[in-house]
Amino acid sequence: MVEVTLWGALGQLAGGQSKVEVEAKDIRELFRKLAEQYPGIEPWIEKGIAVAIDGTIYRDTWSKELPQGAEIFLLPRLAGG
Amino acid sequence: MNFDPRFSGRKFASVGTRPIRPDGVDKVTGRARYGADFNMAGQLVGRVLRSPHAHAKILKIDTSKAEKLAGVKAVITAADLPDLTDGDAAMYDVLDNCMARSKALYDGHAVAAVAAVDARTARQALKLIEVDYELLPHVTDVDEAMKHTAPLINDTIFTEGLEEKPVKPSNVTKRSQFGHGDVHQGFGHADFIVERSFKTEQTHQGYIEPHACVANVSSDGTADLWVCTQGHFVYRQHCAQLLGLEASKLRVTSSEIGGGFGGKTHVWAEPVALALSRKAGRPVKLVMTRDEVFRASGPTSATSIDVKIGARKDGTITAAEATLRYSSGPYAGTWAEIGAMTAFACYKLDNVKTVGYEVLVNRPKTAAYRAPSAPMAAFAVESAVDELAKELGMDPVEFRIKNAAQEGTRSSYGPVYGPIGIGPTLEAAKTHPHMKAPLGKNQGRGMACGFWFNFGGQTCVDLNIGMDGSVSLAVGTVDVGGSRASLSLVAAEELGIDYAQLKAVVADTSSLGYNDMTDGSRGTFSSSMATISAARNAIKILRDRAAQMWDIPVDDVIWENGHAIAKGEKYGNLAALSLKEIAAASGKTGGPIAGHSELVADGAGVSFATHICDIEVDPETGAARVIRYTVIQDAGKAVHPTYVEGQYQGGAAQGIGWALNEEYIYGKDGRLQNAGFLDYRIPVCSDLPMIDTQILEIPNPNHPYGVRGVGETSIVPPLAAIANAMSNAAGVRMTHIPMSPPRVLAAIEAEREGRA
Repeated sequence: MVEVTLWGALGQLAGGQSKVEVEAKDIRELFRKLAEQYPGIEPWIEKGIAVAIDGTIYRDTWSKELPQGAEIFLLPRLAGG
Repeated sequence: MNFDPRFSGRKFASVGTRPIRPDGVDKVTGRARYGADFNMAGQLVGRVLRSPHAHAKILKIDTSKAEKLAGVKAVITAADLPDLTDGDAAMYDVLDNCMARSKALYDGHAVAAVAAVDARTARQALKLIEVDYELLPHVTDVDEAMKHTAPLINDTIFTEGLEEKPVKPSNVTKRSQFGHGDVHQGFGHADFIVERSFKTEQTHQGYIEPHACVANVSSDGTADLWVCTQGHFVYRQHCAQLLGLEASKLRVTSSEIGGGFGGKTHVWAEPVALALSRKAGRPVKLVMTRDEVFRASGPTSATSIDVKIGARKDGTITAAEATLRYSSGPYAGTWAEIGAMTAFACYKLDNVKTVGYEVLVNRPKTAAYRAPSAPMAAFAVESAVDELAKELGMDPVEFRIKNAAQEGTRSSYGPVYGPIGIGPTLEAAKTHPHMKAPLGKNQGRGMACGFWFNFGGQTCVDLNIGMDGSVSLAVGTVDVGGSRASLSLVAAEELGIDYAQLKAVVADTSSLGYNDMTDGSRGTFSSSMATISAARNAIKILRDRAAQMWDIPVDDVIWENGHAIAKGEKYGNLAALSLKEIAAASGKTGGPIAGHSELVADGAGVSFATHICDIEVDPETGAARVIRYTVIQDAGKAVHPTYVEGQYQGGAAQGIGWALNEEYIYGKDGRLQNAGFLDYRIPVCSDLPMIDTQILEIPNPNHPYGVRGVGETSIVPPLAAIANAMSNAAGVRMTHIPMSPPRVLAAIEAEREGRA
């Protein structure tokens, strides 16, 4: 079980919660279960969500494991120049 | 991906040296081929008709007269670019921006296009196209657009991100919020509070090379596009989607690029050129004029930002808050959201809150510009931080050091930081000789910090070893700042060969797997990771071939310094085999030798910089001149230090132009008044001092060599560094960018007259 922090807009889609607990071993499973629990989040996942694991931001590595006790933080996917 | 990206702490032979760039000779002799240098037999000239109105309904477009003009081969309107976006709202906006459908949304919005045998005929044809407009009220200012009385640009937009669902449409497409703690409580603990409002005007990336492409659509459904872009694979995806082509049948070749800085991450002319070619049955070349680049490509946001920061007498910041309003053109964007994330990222804050508002205006669709959105937020925050240091009577560097984020700090945008470089850049600034250099009359010194995320992305590399032992490297990230040299150094490092043995090229979309574009400071970070992986895969094959040549088990062969070596005393008499010798025998040991890699390069380390700036202000005219400038930035590991320095200097130069001169000026009619380099003044060499640089190397733990992106952060601090220098030189706190002579003079006069 990992604790996941959601940013404001996602939190609204999760019933106003800023933190949720999810049983997930990697980013792929995290997204799948988040979409199951909170269907409103699914379109955001499709558009792109970044996942910060202990401060390191992952945008596309859905196979990245979520270590027990790690800080998991969801962020908007960024544009760059 | 079977590749370990962790930092290994190895010692380098090639990485960190400064060889000449492989594309240098062609560029200095004029042989390098940029977007407009490509031509095809039988090509037509494409030209675009643009709306002269800021906001208007398109009632009717009559192209019949233009179509009858001799030499005209195709005329297109939105009807020739039907909506194939299948509910993808962002792509629909791209489509509508390429060719207006029911409304023209800004001065310069494309409404029709022609392809003709020559430019003169094409221009004549544009004059023959009759467009009936119904003019609508417009709004170009970000604050005006937020008012309830403002003209609505899109009445289907209801603000996202509000606690209660809005019942009325709005020009505000989205509200976003970041932070932690309790700012009200934090301000309650402050002894000093600075609260100010700031504005920054819209600027353009100002790349020297205008957008240019040649499109050729064949009757068999295949197509070619030669184009100046930061991401030819992304252009292929977007153009294929908009045109209804199969992506694999559209081959996109990227030209050399004369600057992009985020402005060439977005399609504008390319779908139009492809649609013209499809209709005409001939190749079409479409090159934007400078006027079109300003009016109809993608400048950055104009902004309006409120900042409030409080601190105790000991210099500890107790709370920080910002409200950021960013224009996004007439389409939804996420620019304020990024500004809200970056605004306070340099600092360790217990109580912080940022709120961003995305605002529609009748201006061109905003595009990324080098660390998009961060420079404006940093201007507001770093100006207020400087003012607060003054009120506290603290040295501005010491004040920032006291409050700087460090490993373990919760960032203002959410996650806790790993190892980061803000503290070291500030410490380096504190001891830099620049900080102690004497200043003359009317001169002042300022400093400021900046942050940018950096990111990686999908990346693919091929490394091919010729039978003569030379090595070619095919990469898919467009070389915007010397990455072919950097990636050659990386391949040389891994293979243990000389840099001169390598040649790197940017492969077209049919020759290599998909690559994300070169943005987010990802070019060298991502492609170096893939190059390391590809080289290691090639080394596995080289070892295997050497084992065959020696007839020994491959496990007994190691790779060192460009040679296969049989390890163990039993092989004592075997001379090491060079890469060249193994390559020469490859035809008889299994054929060509190559290494391939496809991966997602993630884990790009965040980046920080501190800049120091001296300016001299003429109190009679308000004109300011930068007389000394120093950039201190963490590179993780500088693969090719000269190009890292070039990125630092380039970002600073663009930031200086933004701070002092550059701005989009709109008339009351909503038309852009200064769409050219004579009236929109970017700094030239004679305007700038030599920009000094100091590279810090705090390794990124998520890259084998410790590399971080370096391309963007350097544009973040200059606006504030110059504003802070202005405050010290002229005694005025400038809150409106650019600090052009009239604005500075007005501020000086107001100060003299006690009106400030």
